[in-house]
Amino acid sequence: MKKWFEPLTTAWVGVITHKLRSSLTILGIVIGVAAVIALMSIGRGASAQILSRIEGMGSDLITISPGASSFGGVRSAAGSVQTLSQEDAEAIAQQVAYISTVAPTYSTSLQVVVGGENMNSRVTGVPPEYQEIQKLEIASGSFFSDYEYQRGAKVVVLGSNVKETLFGETSPIGQQIRMGTNIVRVIGVLESKDGFMGASPDDTILIPLTAMQQMVAQPRTSQGDRIVSSIVLTVSDEEQTEYVVDKITGLLRDRHRLGPNLDDDFRILSIQEISETVSEATGTMTLLLGAIAAISLLVGGIGVMNIMLVSVLERTREIGIRKALGARERDIWAQFLIEAAFLTLAGGIIGVITGWLVSYFVSRTGLVTTIVSADIVILAVSVSVGIGLFFGFYPAWNASRLNPIDALRAE
Amino acid sequence: MIRLHDITKIYPMGKRELTVLRGINLNIEKGELVAIMGPSGSGKSTMLNLIGCLDTPTSGSYYLEDREVSRLSSGELAQVRARKIGFVFQTFNLLPRLSALANVELGMRYAGGVDRQRAMAALTRVGLSDRVNHRPTELSGGEQQRVAIARALVKNPPLLLADEPTGNLDSRSGGEIISILTSLHAEQGITLVMITHDTNIAHHCQRIINFKDGQVVTEETV
Repeated sequence: MKKWFEPLTTAWVGVITHKLRSSLTILGIVIGVAAVIALMSIGRGASAQILSRIEGMGSDLITISPGASSFGGVRSAAGSVQTLSQEDAEAIAQQVAYISTVAPTYSTSLQVVVGGENMNSRVTGVPPEYQEIQKLEIASGSFFSDYEYQRGAKVVVLGSNVKETLFGETSPIGQQIRMGTNIVRVIGVLESKDGFMGASPDDTILIPLTAMQQMVAQPRTSQGDRIVSSIVLTVSDEEQTEYVVDKITGLLRDRHRLGPNLDDDFRILSIQEISETVSEATGTMTLLLGAIAAISLLVGGIGVMNIMLVSVLERTREIGIRKALGARERDIWAQFLIEAAFLTLAGGIIGVITGWLVSYFVSRTGLVTTIVSADIVILAVSVSVGIGLFFGFYPAWNASRLNPIDALRAE
Repeated sequence: MIRLHDITKIYPMGKRELTVLRGINLNIEKGELVAIMGPSGSGKSTMLNLIGCLDTPTSGSYYLEDREVSRLSSGELAQVRARKIGFVFQTFNLLPRLSALANVELGMRYAGGVDRQRAMAALTRVGLSDRVNHRPTELSGGEQQRVAIARALVKNPPLLLADEPTGNLDSRSGGEIISILTSLHAEQGITLVMITHDTNIAHHCQRIINFKDGQVVTEETV
């Protein structure tokens, strides 16, 4: 037998001769490692899911909405003021670099009637670029064209919920609906899409902004600018998102004549910023889950130490015999340390398999997707072996320091 | 082979001290067969432990094969035990969960490495070639002691120490053990130091050293 192999065999014999005790020790580690892997993978899976939903909105998207303004110490609630104008949107498009498309929107609530069906719906006037900016998919029909926009055609595209409510299963394309006092024609239906930041497009009716302006009176600011509900835009280079946000902030503060002591009267949200914030938050959550699981791993480690101390005590005579046969302190030390590492490595490997199975079955339930990544597995296994070495160190040291004569006399 | 010069051993017992060995001077030549006799508590086991490098003297010097070993570190003493000394204990001291063969291999474990053929040869030498895979609990006392002898001699140590090797055996098995030990001495020229209470056994030896109260009282050559 090879010389390096002998301590391993000795440790193996030590493990298998105390099957029940070894398996209980291993179980402690298995639970710890499995908990770490399962919780971390659920945490990671959940945050990946949330992030992909956010990035589905388009990571190049920036939304500007009217914010709280304060005049004379009176702060209005966000969104209750009307500070953004169509002219702001034009100025942004002209003066800020790295922007591909800008679209002002104006929303209002209108009574919509089709035959016997009747609902109050949000109607949003937008330019045709809005479809591309918000990455809206068309389920049937088409979106309105530049031509229809320019001549203010009274055509609408329905959100999927609106279509469901007004038309049920029948096709709405080409149908006429009454919206307030006007009759408009349906030319398209949107694919259902998750909403984020404000209402979902599913509950909205889209109409060319030009047509909207003929149908409802668009309010104006004190400077005579046409007020809009929000401005959405996409950046041409996502690396420049921060620069674009800064530039827009400066430009709008200038245009709104905000002195240095006044807060912004608008809010700028970029998907990139949001996804960074969210991924930071979910990362913290994942770490927290991992930390809770790590406590059980620690408890398992203390179990290993406990067992090793008992094992040393019980095998005092064996240690004495080995010393009489010429074992040095480090031979005894290595024997018990390897045995502890052995137990925790076995626990680590079984724990990885168990944790992986748990997260697989969690995925199968469809509640959350889970991601078992290599770094978690490597971390969990090396931590469990580390725990074995750490908590095995003291018992092994105790064993190695035994006086051979006293050890031989032990019963 | 062994030279003990003015060896004392004092154990601290709380505030008092217990003097176990009071100035031992003793020479044992290479190839000698020596019996140590004396009443319980006379210090003979303590001296055997010192000779076997399991313990160090409080004062005095001990030369083993002309090397001063009484001041070595515990690691160096372990190396001396591994290479030079074979022990046979009254209570056998086999590892209960290992087979006879594995117990014998353990004797080589810290002395340069395990060699299964040599372990088999050692077991054959003590007449246990048909019991290699038995565990100690499946062997009689005499057989267990023979496994222990095989374990001690498998690394070919120049010095074999036996502390009442027949103390736990009936007279027939005890006789077998003594004949194995004496024949090892006769055939391989091994130096053998043996503690015994049995004068019959002591008379198989070349020299008898009598202990009393931590001192050598008489030495007689048989």
